[in-house]
Amino acid sequence: MVKKIFAQTYLWLLLLLLYSPIVIIIVYSFTESKVLGNWTGFSLGLYKSLFVNTENHSLIKALINTVTIALFASTVSTVLGSLAAIGLYDMKSRWRKIISMINSIPILNGDIIIGISLFLLFVSLGITQGYITVVLAHITFCTPYVVLCVLPRLKQMNQNTYEAALDLGATPLQALWKVIIPEIRPGMISGFILSLTLSIDDFAVTVFTIGNQGLETLSTYIYADARKGGLTPELRPLTTIIFLMVLVLLVIINFRIKSVKKKD
Amino acid sequence: MQEEKPIIELKNVTKLFGNKIALDNVSLKVKKGEFITVLGPSGCGKTTLLRLIAGFHAASNGEIWMSGKEITQTPPYMRPVNTVFQNYALFPHLNVYDNIAFGLKLKKMTGKEIEKKLKSALRMVGMTDYEYRDVDSLSGGQQQRVAIARAIVNEPQVLLLDEPLAALDLKMRKDMQLELKDMHKTLGITFVYVTHDQEEALTLSDTIVVMSEGKIQQIGSPTDIYNEPQNSFVADFIGESNILNGMMVHDGLVHFCNADFECVDKGFGKNTQVDVVIRPEDLYIFPVSDVAQLVGVVQSTIFKGVHYEMTVLCDGYEILVQDYHQFGVNTEVGLLVKPFDIQIMKKERICNTFKGKLLDTSHVEFLGCTFECFPVSGIEEGAEVKVEVDFSDIILQDNEEDGMLTGEVNFILYKGDHYHLTIRSDWDEDVFVDTNDIWDDGDRVGISIPPPVVRVIKMTD
Repeated sequence: MVKKIFAQTYLWLLLLLLYSPIVIIIVYSFTESKVLGNWTGFSLGLYKSLFVNTENHSLIKALINTVTIALFASTVSTVLGSLAAIGLYDMKSRWRKIISMINSIPILNGDIIIGISLFLLFVSLGITQGYITVVLAHITFCTPYVVLCVLPRLKQMNQNTYEAALDLGATPLQALWKVIIPEIRPGMISGFILSLTLSIDDFAVTVFTIGNQGLETLSTYIYADARKGGLTPELRPLTTIIFLMVLVLLVIINFRIKSVKKKD
Repeated sequence: MQEEKPIIELKNVTKLFGNKIALDNVSLKVKKGEFITVLGPSGCGKTTLLRLIAGFHAASNGEIWMSGKEITQTPPYMRPVNTVFQNYALFPHLNVYDNIAFGLKLKKMTGKEIEKKLKSALRMVGMTDYEYRDVDSLSGGQQQRVAIARAIVNEPQVLLLDEPLAALDLKMRKDMQLELKDMHKTLGITFVYVTHDQEEALTLSDTIVVMSEGKIQQIGSPTDIYNEPQNSFVADFIGESNILNGMMVHDGLVHFCNADFECVDKGFGKNTQVDVVIRPEDLYIFPVSDVAQLVGVVQSTIFKGVHYEMTVLCDGYEILVQDYHQFGVNTEVGLLVKPFDIQIMKKERICNTFKGKLLDTSHVEFLGCTFECFPVSGIEEGAEVKVEVDFSDIILQDNEEDGMLTGEVNFILYKGDHYHLTIRSDWDEDVFVDTNDIWDDGDRVGISIPPPVVRVIKMTD
């Protein structure tokens, strides 16, 4: 009994320590004080000024950039990653192992390495850095995750499924569209959501590929803001909103994984 | 009368996977409307054969013809065949209706036509009222019925079935066998059926193709295959049999188990070594009397439901007998076999023959190793030679390192008083060995060949 209480206390204490910074920001997003830690009464004023105040337009712009970049990058990564996974699945075992390993290098590699190497690549190719380079960079580090999400679905698939479709008169393209894609769709969706969160979250790669044309994403905006001295108070409601969005995505992913497991 | 054109014809088809031969120069004709079964142990190439006909594999060599057209390179979706897979391969994201309608929808049929064909296909497999069920919610047998319906609804000229019943339990399998046979009759299309179950093959087929090691061993009707096996592999694989070494004394007289027997076979020549096959149910067993051709003592007796299965030791040879009457262990009995129940087969080989090279007068190289032999004269050093070794002279060792070369036991044949083993050496050559020791399929063994038994013969041509 005592042991159980101990274990429970430990767990909750740990969770509290982990989440207290976020909890504090969420709590203080409902007050108008300039400085964090100073409670000046409940107010939704910061939420209002975040969206209404012209001062904060660059912040909202950064938010829009972040979301559109994430959507573009995730969509392209999902297509590329799924096709790559299908190709990988069809390979001879030796090659599959080699390519799988190459696929997981960007995942294990530090973001900073990807960032620097892409920066150097774009510079050496003489590409002006901006929106497109950020999207390309995000596609680069999201695609391997999609491959990892889709490959297990393919491995679970009955190995004769594709042949059965061909046998019934489907051309390879029809078989892909009518049989393979529906089979791997759950993996593709998981990969897409994972890519979204990774892309929204990213700072290291973005900062190296964003260029100096004045383009900002949330992460780079906040970083610049913090260096100017003190964070804009409106970041508190923004953080709250993003946190809740990510939380919702996470719940969806977990729910999907559970329902897939149940089915199998 | 002109011979009817075969619906499927394989002409010298070879299939390699890497450098492993899966099908070795196979030629086969399938008649229209026939129920043909490809039978063989696992790994014999039977599924590869089916997949070549379906178009999932491309032949490495040779041609495949269907209804007078060459289809060797035709992709699977252009072939007038449909396949039923061993693991069903239903589409899990579609329900029963959409699974079966898959092929028809691709053919751009109207909803009404699809509906009509689907209903009759479902009726044929006895699955009406299941249209809107999820395929995952069906039992194995039901899934296989849906898979069959999905194939036959397209009205293929040929239905290919790859061990479709292997995953079902015995009772279900028996029921489905009969249903398949009925279906074949009703549909009137050609069935090509692959199985490793010899009983299934005998029950279902018009023609059986027995395969082993990528080669066709025998093609014939079930009765032909059972009663007149062409070689010891077929005799051993189909049903139970006594396979013994014998000697054809002259036409109509064969010597085995130290006794002479009348038989109906002719044309083997005088004093030729042969294999003798006798089915256990063809032997008569009775208390010793004057009519007994063989006299022996019962070693064991097992009740098998319909009959008793007894092993009788006659003059050192164990003989398997099936009879309705039981004779207790240690009873002295007489055995008799009628002349037409004795099946004589020409021996495929009477000793091991290898291609080799004479290194010097007392060393010869074959099977990838150098062996000592008795000094030979009259053959140049370095010349290609033929090397012969008798089956019983090869020594097998438990410990792989003790042998001069190593191999794996590939096929075991009991010959009444000894085992005849086929050992696949690590260099992919077969070594045949007679032994009294018991080995298992797949055992790794060391192979030794002592010098006195190696016969080096000059190449004649």
